Amino acid sequence: MRAFTYERAEAAEAAAGRAADPSASFIAGGTNLVDLMKLQVLSPSHLVDVSRLPLDRIEATEEGGLRIGALVTNSALANDERIKATWPLLSRALLSGATAQLRNKATTGGNLLQRTRCYYFYDTTSPCNKREPGSGCGALEGFNRIHAILGASEHCIATHPSDMAVAMVALGAEAETLRPDGRRRRVAVEALHRLPGERPELETVLEPGELIEAVVLPPPPKGRQLYRKVRDRSSYAFALVSVAVALEVEGNAVSSLRLALGGVAHKPWRASRAEAALLGQPATRDSFRAAAEAELAEAVGHGGNDFKLPLARRVIAATLADAAGLTPEAEEGEPV
Amino acid sequence: MPHRDPLDRPGRPGAGPAAAPDTLSRAAAADAGQTGAAQRESVTLTVNGRRETVEVDVRRSLLDLLREQLDLTGSKKGCDHGQCGACTVLVNGRRINACLSLAVMHDGDEVVTVEGLEAIDAQTLAPGGTMGSGAAALGDVPSLHPLQAAFVREDAFQCGYCTPGQLCSGVALLGELAAGEASIVTWERADADGADAVGAAPASDEELRERMSGNLCRCGAYPNILGALRRTLGQIEEGAERADRGPGRDGARGGTG
Ligand SMILES: Cc1cc2nc3c(=O)[nH]c(=O)nc-3n(C[C@H](O)[C@H](O)[C@H](O)COP(=O)(O)OP(=O)(O)OC[C@H]3O[C@@H](n4cnc5c(N)ncnc54)[C@H](O)[C@@H]3O)c2cc1C
Ligand code: SF4
Ligand code: FES
Ligand code: FES
Repeated sequence: MRAFTYERAEAAEAAAGRAADPSASFIAGGTNLVDLMKLQVLSPSHLVDVSRLPLDRIEATEEGGLRIGALVTNSALANDERIKATWPLLSRALLSGATAQLRNKATTGGNLLQRTRCYYFYDTTSPCNKREPGSGCGALEGFNRIHAILGASEHCIATHPSDMAVAMVALGAEAETLRPDGRRRRVAVEALHRLPGERPELETVLEPGELIEAVVLPPPPKGRQLYRKVRDRSSYAFALVSVAVALEVEGNAVSSLRLALGGVAHKPWRASRAEAALLGQPATRDSFRAAAEAELAEAVGHGGNDFKLPLARRVIAATLADAAGLTPEAEEGEPV
Repeated sequence: MPHRDPLDRPGRPGAGPAAAPDTLSRAAAADAGQTGAAQRESVTLTVNGRRETVEVDVRRSLLDLLREQLDLTGSKKGCDHGQCGACTVLVNGRRINACLSLAVMHDGDEVVTVEGLEAIDAQTLAPGGTMGSGAAALGDVPSLHPLQAAFVREDAFQCGYCTPGQLCSGVALLGELAAGEASIVTWERADADGADAVGAAPASDEELRERMSGNLCRCGAYPNILGALRRTLGQIEEGAERADRGPGRDGARGGTG
């Protein structure tokens, strides 16, 4: 690990100002940053420790939502009684990720801003446009089993690895931030991360030194909330494809739907096309499959991850069916 | 083999320390010298009930602080990247991976390592536990947490390298279960039962495996680790029943097999 200077922030305002230099970095739980610093994938020259800021509470908002402090741990959030009762999707997504030990340290802000698990990003001897702009992309022609099928560019095909962020997008959450100049703003989690385009090193719309203070959940979406994560092992592995859904059916038709995907893009992916295709439509397996097709119309594989196309199609359709309460038997023998 | 400081990564290109930019330097950084030598900070923390004040390189992990500076070598370094759980310790009553945590960030914290587990209450995780039946169960072993005694009974290890982490993780798990915390398996069970809400988790094997998934064992002692957890959960349950029955308890329990 390279040498750096360290300070503990006592107040949010000071913290934001202190990390405004692009070579400085906040550290919260450290579960992602320390890992990357040990490998010298990242070598910040200065760390601003925000872990003692008073941002560890979950409070009800006047609108009927919750304001989650950026330092609330993934464990605490997943087990908050209000979350379990009213935003179960978030509890499910959090508990699908990492391990008990990691979730005890991982924070809400750090989880949102965790970096990709692309192998070439981690390997400092490989080209990677994200780690070293202009050096090329090792994954395009290399091993890309875990990589993106939606919204990628010829410069980067990495995915965002967070489970929590996918749930936050489906739930319509917003990040509350504090900029180095002292101004505050709200950014929808859906708009927080960028697509790679020509600048894959720019991962979010935040400026250097912009501190996430909280994530605000609006009142819950209507209907049943589910998170389904498909991975290589049944525990302790990142998502190959994940689906976060909140679905309400009235009569026989889809009356309300929020759908987001993980493991498929550089950002947690709001499946707006599928949402639009389904609203008002009958809640049947056929329409769920059609909606998945619509969402994936422009999806492309890169060799190693070609399997994600049929996988995503099936997992989207199956999770929607589960959320709609369709009986599983009907699925047997059906082509998908 | 000569002792190598884990902070150095010899042989890696550019492993030398980077100088702190002037704009960000503060008093302590300046003390560290313009050569870019690493900043050191004083940290006070309680480890296994003992207050310790140590000076650390700010790059030092909590794991290296415990092993290299406090001579508590029970906690093991497996991967050093949060993937294996060998370094699991309790910090303020919660299990964490000590390898992914900077020591300097633990000022004021209460740390328990495998060396201090015996004094932890199996249910509340509070120091100074009341269970204390581990030693009795084994007869000749001076002082063990019931889960440690159960590991011996159930033969829950082979080489033993992962064991301190398994133990710390397991002890934390008992507390999490007692506190009614959910896992993803708890949710899946609620789904299978058609329940709308997630309740307290009955400790099924699947539940225990999921909750121990952050602790790998290259020797594959998993079935017996599960057995040791089962045995301890059984003891806790019995203990609770006995407490319910009130005074006139049947003395120290013997090993039940
Ligand atoms: C072995 C392993 C397995 C894992 N598996 C999963 C998984 O299955 N699913 C999953 O979702 N995640 C997984 N994770 C990732 C884990 O969830 C993240 O490491 C964690 O959420 C990061 O949170 P942190 O607080 O530790 O962040 P840190 O490491 O402290 O910080 C991460 C980044 O966020 C920035 N940051 C932190 N807080 C703030 C803030 N308040 N404002 C602005 N910037 C901030 C930091 O500067 C840094 O760039 C895994 C990690 C490991 C090591
Ligand atoms: S996919 Fe992105 S992160 Fe991975 S090597 Fe290519 S540029 Fe780097
Ligand atoms: S040594 Fe910490 S998790 Fe492996
Ligand atoms: S007993 Fe050898 S690694 Fe677990």
